[in-house]
Amino acid sequence: MKTKFQNNVAIAVIRVIAVLVVLILAFLLGDILISGVPHISWHFLTAPSQAFTSGGGIGVQLFNSIYLLLLTLIISFPISLGAGIFLSEYAPKNIFTATVRMAIEVLSSLPSVVVGLFGFLLFVVQLDMGFSILSGAIALTFFNLPLLTRNIEESLRAVPDLQREAGLSLGLSKWRTVIKVILPEALPGIITGVVLGAGRVFGEAAALIYTAGQSATNIDFGNWNPFNATSPLNLMRPAETLAVHIWKINSEGVMPDAAAVSAGSSAVLIIAVLIFNFSARVIGNQLYRKLTATK
Amino acid sequence: MINGGELSENSFSSLPNFGGEVILMDPIKDKIQSTSRETRQDIVGKVLSYSCISLIVIVVLSIFVFVATKGLATFVVNKASIWDFLFGTNWNPSATDKAGNPLLGALPMITGSFGVTIIAVIFAAPFAIGTALYMTEVASRRGEKLLQSVIELLVGIPSVVYGFIGLSVVVPFVRTHFGGSGYGILSGAFVLFVMVLPTVTSMTVDSLRAVPKYYKEASLALGATKWQTIYKVLLRSSTSGILTAIIFGMARAFGEALAVQMVIGNAAVMPKGLLAPASTLTSVLTMGIGNTVMGTVGNNALWSLALMLLLMSLIFNIIVRFIGRKGRM
Amino acid sequence: MKKLTKIATVIIAASAILVGCGKSNSSSSSSSASSKAVSGKITIVGSTALQPLVEKAAENFQTDNSKVSITVQGGGSGTGLSQVQSGAVTIGNSDIFAQQSDGITASKLNDNKVAVVGMAPVVNKDVGVKNLTMKQLRNIFTGKITNWKEVGGKDQDIVLINRAEGSGTRATFETNVMNGETAAKSQEQDSNGTVQKMVAETPGAISYLAFSYITSSIQEVSLDGVKPTDANVTTNKWKIWSYEHMYTKGTPNAATKAFLSYMKSDKVQNSLVKELGYVSIGKMKVQKNADNKVTDIK
Repeated sequence: MKTKFQNNVAIAVIRVIAVLVVLILAFLLGDILISGVPHISWHFLTAPSQAFTSGGGIGVQLFNSIYLLLLTLIISFPISLGAGIFLSEYAPKNIFTATVRMAIEVLSSLPSVVVGLFGFLLFVVQLDMGFSILSGAIALTFFNLPLLTRNIEESLRAVPDLQREAGLSLGLSKWRTVIKVILPEALPGIITGVVLGAGRVFGEAAALIYTAGQSATNIDFGNWNPFNATSPLNLMRPAETLAVHIWKINSEGVMPDAAAVSAGSSAVLIIAVLIFNFSARVIGNQLYRKLTATK
Repeated sequence: MINGGELSENSFSSLPNFGGEVILMDPIKDKIQSTSRETRQDIVGKVLSYSCISLIVIVVLSIFVFVATKGLATFVVNKASIWDFLFGTNWNPSATDKAGNPLLGALPMITGSFGVTIIAVIFAAPFAIGTALYMTEVASRRGEKLLQSVIELLVGIPSVVYGFIGLSVVVPFVRTHFGGSGYGILSGAFVLFVMVLPTVTSMTVDSLRAVPKYYKEASLALGATKWQTIYKVLLRSSTSGILTAIIFGMARAFGEALAVQMVIGNAAVMPKGLLAPASTLTSVLTMGIGNTVMGTVGNNALWSLALMLLLMSLIFNIIVRFIGRKGRM
Repeated sequence: MKKLTKIATVIIAASAILVGCGKSNSSSSSSSASSKAVSGKITIVGSTALQPLVEKAAENFQTDNSKVSITVQGGGSGTGLSQVQSGAVTIGNSDIFAQQSDGITASKLNDNKVAVVGMAPVVNKDVGVKNLTMKQLRNIFTGKITNWKEVGGKDQDIVLINRAEGSGTRATFETNVMNGETAAKSQEQDSNGTVQKMVAETPGAISYLAFSYITSSIQEVSLDGVKPTDANVTTNKWKIWSYEHMYTKGTPNAATKAFLSYMKSDKVQNSLVKELGYVSIGKMKVQKNADNKVTDIK
């Protein structure tokens, strides 16, 4: 009887904790959305920002955020995929592997401002890339790599060894087993990792202030030639993202509607993350179905 | 190069001839002795994954070297003493003491950083483990999905926004319920608690999921209750994973700058309690770096703080590894 | 459709040229900017306080000079000065004189003063103080006065919020108020926006802000009966003010020169500078040098 009672209490406590966590988020979301959503309009989402007069929008910043996120994923995903495969499949138990793990954990705990300044001195100044989307994407890659690598490794590890043995016994090479058998199985987990990483990239400000810069130059959405200075796709133009914009108007903004713009931007950022998470989940599930031939 | 497909077709018929006339058998010997398609695939795979991992190591090393050269300059170029840096309590890089050495006592910030991090993790760990257990053991599929989205969203809220909610919600809350001006370690810890929660939770979930299913099945088959299974089997076998999750949370808390800076008060004095204004390594670093000129004592001292951050996360990692190894034996 | 856009473009371009010509005939100050087609790339880094002004001015400048591309970034005065000194950027924005900054060889840089910024002590609305003497203010910041009732306010502890060490605002406050005394160790904040929020929400708080950040949510404090207004700044009756500098290194190229003279032109000084809460350079009846010595302008 005692064990049963204990069990019930413990499970109840776990439920209460879960409810509390949901409440915390509900409160945060409520706080952000209630103050922000009334300010969101089509004009707000598409208009360029204003330096000191009211009525500015966040069109350019929104585009920059998404573009920067995509670029970061393009750079960091293959690298962390390789690294994750190494850690879960190939890593020998020796000092090298231990060092690698240590390195990854250190990378994930670097303060953003240090990465930002490192990026600033190396990419912006030394390599003469200037304040640009490319510099920003590389700096963000530093954040994303450890998170993504760790997640890919964990997801790959969660696949039962039986699958590996099955692959190998069919005469497949280890590499092919990993790519064709293990990876598809681990895909939903990996997608979650990408989403988590993306969330962090989306909200990162401190590292971008010094690399992608904090000014949104005028871009011409009719010009999609990546080599043109006003093209949205140009890699070398400075790009203020939404999170940097929020930081900037909160810390130095002098426009009369700064509070409203900030609240609206925060709400847009949260909604964007929401949409992103949702679509990533859908894509993950569909990929899983396609690659594993399950209905 | 020999095509691998051809080799596998021919290899069966040519095998009995192996070791026969050398001149005639040369092409076959070549085929056999050369690497198969599978081996080559494996080599490609190994090269790819090794180069990815090396790239990460190089990145970390270069950041490390970069921060170390800048951070050590304080002691090498500006002749500050490491002892004073670690245990001095007077932080004022622009002033000098009687002997002409800059006043670089970083102990207040070190204490502040440890304070907020440890308190935040003490709050966060039970919540994270509870939530993770709910997701893996208790919840229905829908409940699990809901919690999953909650956690992903918490990650998506930018630290600036956390900081401002902290400033307008947490600080007044602490002021009215605990006293003081509201700015201090406790407020910082509250904000960090929410910020590290998703990281710790999602990693705990991963390590709970990594426990083989038959462990749980065996325990339940023995007649153990759900809680007994959780407590005696699941948590035990994922201890090292959970510890790693907590350390990751700590690392995140250590490195967080923008949000903490807004609620902790940024007073570079020894914290006089949880409610008095204090400062962390990151808050002083973030605030000062734009206002100092590269190469000066003030700037180098800030890089020393950054180096300190790196070293502290290294030390934490080593401790975790040690605990993890002990737990497994 | 395409043709229509082309025609529209031509018309707009033509009218722009006409307007440009008309202006260059009527006023001489803007002729250098519009008649000579300058081109080049200008990178500006530094003071976050100055950033909105320069950004907006750069935007206007680029519509007249499409061949010039200007990038304006923040990063702080220290970053601005060290980057312009190392030659990584064209212009370094700073809230303080290069001479006041450690590690900068001021003689190698050219100073361009583009605006004047006034600063005032601000307090939480509930403390009940609207005027202080300079000495009282100093004693508050050195920690000798710790309760508002000592200066005629409520019986409430003073919460000191200083500005970041090394920031332009702090430097200006220290040279003009502290008179060589060291401020008490206290809370510090870097950005104007955050300080404004903190003072508004923290009971008993005192800090100081640039004029443009003073809103109705906080109470500005007069010193020795002098109100913090633009007019008082121009005569130095209100003592806490400083210049906004744009430093260049060596001889600037044509584009940089054109942009700097645009910054100093009446067009910017009479509209943008004012709108952003700065005092125009041309309005000043006194001048200050790096040693904080004030002299009349003849």
